[in-house]
Amino acid sequence: MLRLPPFAYLGARTVGDALQFMRDHGGDAMLVAGGTDLYPNMKRRQFEPSVLVGLRGIRELGGISGSAESGFAIGSQTTLTRVAEHSGIRDAFPALATAAGLVSSPQLRNMGTIGGNVCVDTRCNYYNQTYQWRKAIGFCMKKDGDICLVAPSSRRCWAVSSSDTAPVLWSLGARVRVHGPGGERVIPIETLYRDDGIDYLAKRPDEILTEIVLPPVNGTRCAYLKLRRRGSFDFPVLGVAVALRIDGDRVLSGRIVLGAVAPQPREAREASALLAGHRLTPELIAAVAEAASKPSKPLDNTDFTHPYRKKMTRVFVTRALRRLAGLPDSPRNDAEVADR
Amino acid sequence: MPKTLLRLRVNGEDHDVAAATHKTLLEVLREEMGLTGTKHGCELGECGTCTVLVDGQPVLSCLALPIELEGREVTTVEGMAVGGRLHPLQQAFAELGAAQCGYCTPGILLTARALLAENPKPTRQEIRTALAGNLCRCTGYTKILDAVELAALRSTGGEP
Repeated sequence: MLRLPPFAYLGARTVGDALQFMRDHGGDAMLVAGGTDLYPNMKRRQFEPSVLVGLRGIRELGGISGSAESGFAIGSQTTLTRVAEHSGIRDAFPALATAAGLVSSPQLRNMGTIGGNVCVDTRCNYYNQTYQWRKAIGFCMKKDGDICLVAPSSRRCWAVSSSDTAPVLWSLGARVRVHGPGGERVIPIETLYRDDGIDYLAKRPDEILTEIVLPPVNGTRCAYLKLRRRGSFDFPVLGVAVALRIDGDRVLSGRIVLGAVAPQPREAREASALLAGHRLTPELIAAVAEAASKPSKPLDNTDFTHPYRKKMTRVFVTRALRRLAGLPDSPRNDAEVADR
Repeated sequence: MPKTLLRLRVNGEDHDVAAATHKTLLEVLREEMGLTGTKHGCELGECGTCTVLVDGQPVLSCLALPIELEGREVTTVEGMAVGGRLHPLQQAFAELGAAQCGYCTPGILLTARALLAENPKPTRQEIRTALAGNLCRCTGYTKILDAVELAALRSTGGEP
């Protein structure tokens, strides 16, 4: 039986409580929200904190306020179920509701929070295993070892960003509010991440993600597509988030952000730039999808083969853009698009 | 590890339980309270067999801490039959043989109960979506879906 290692649990009622608990216990403590990512990792001994500071009892962080016109503020302790079912979010930012509703299973969405999904640990076939499995094969650098088992000559960790909501929030220009010992700051979500499978968050472990701030909808149209083996219940092995601002038949600006192809969500900047000022024709979509697949460089460390995941980047970007353009969905390949 | 005294409300009754903080709800239900109807499967949130209801919502007891659940209403499969009378879902599962080894059944019954409480006449697709987090490794899901449909039909007055 896989059991949790022993720890003391300190349930915070306010953000101030949580900061104080973290100050009191220094590096021995970790923050926990829904626990659906941390507890399995603790059972596999990826983390063994002596103190857990629970955030789910902080009522002020569990809700959604605002409107399409003003933008939304989503408390970090809001469950994924609530984000997925919120009528304002569904209308204004359907890609976010879709992404939240595609995370894991109904039970885990009732427990897991959007803050937890934004901060979810990176994943790798050689990391998300029990202690005995990892010991038998030889530990990797992300935990207990000193080499990367995916790319043995690499000095860095390539574990994969596996959040569904993070690429969408990035594409929408969301910001996050972070409270720390030195006060609070509101930063663009893309600056929350680092391109490192171990140290993947650009925040200190004692800093608390308290809120996600979405801008006014302002004509934004968005889509999220997720590749996974089972339709019911899997981490993404590719996520494609697209957000466009469209005026008439022209794209004013667009952002394409890829999930699960690197240790952080990866914006396809060159592809995004191709969209601005143009009509969303099948030809443009084919060119953008081709450009978007360039920064997609998955390695052989999640489900499916990595060449397939790279190939599917182009297919999924095509599908997402065609959906937003109102063109027939799901072309079989890029040639089919180009031939129309 | 010192034990903490907790008051848990399970199946409509308050229970005072002494357990170490790091024991999951699954462990406390089974090992401290003797409620072994809740099954342990993968213990990592991947199979759904340990599902219980918290305030009517399906959650995984293998990843829930009792200390976080004080004041909440926990329902396990033992709380489904009332006064020796099976819940309509249990009756339908028994009649249609919607269990083979039965290990996933408690979790599926509770998840289906939460669905029917919110949506008394679900479509087949809505049942599939609601049960997406509950794996059955014996066989297909056809009889399970049939049984949920039958229970829904009976509960809404359409006794076949």
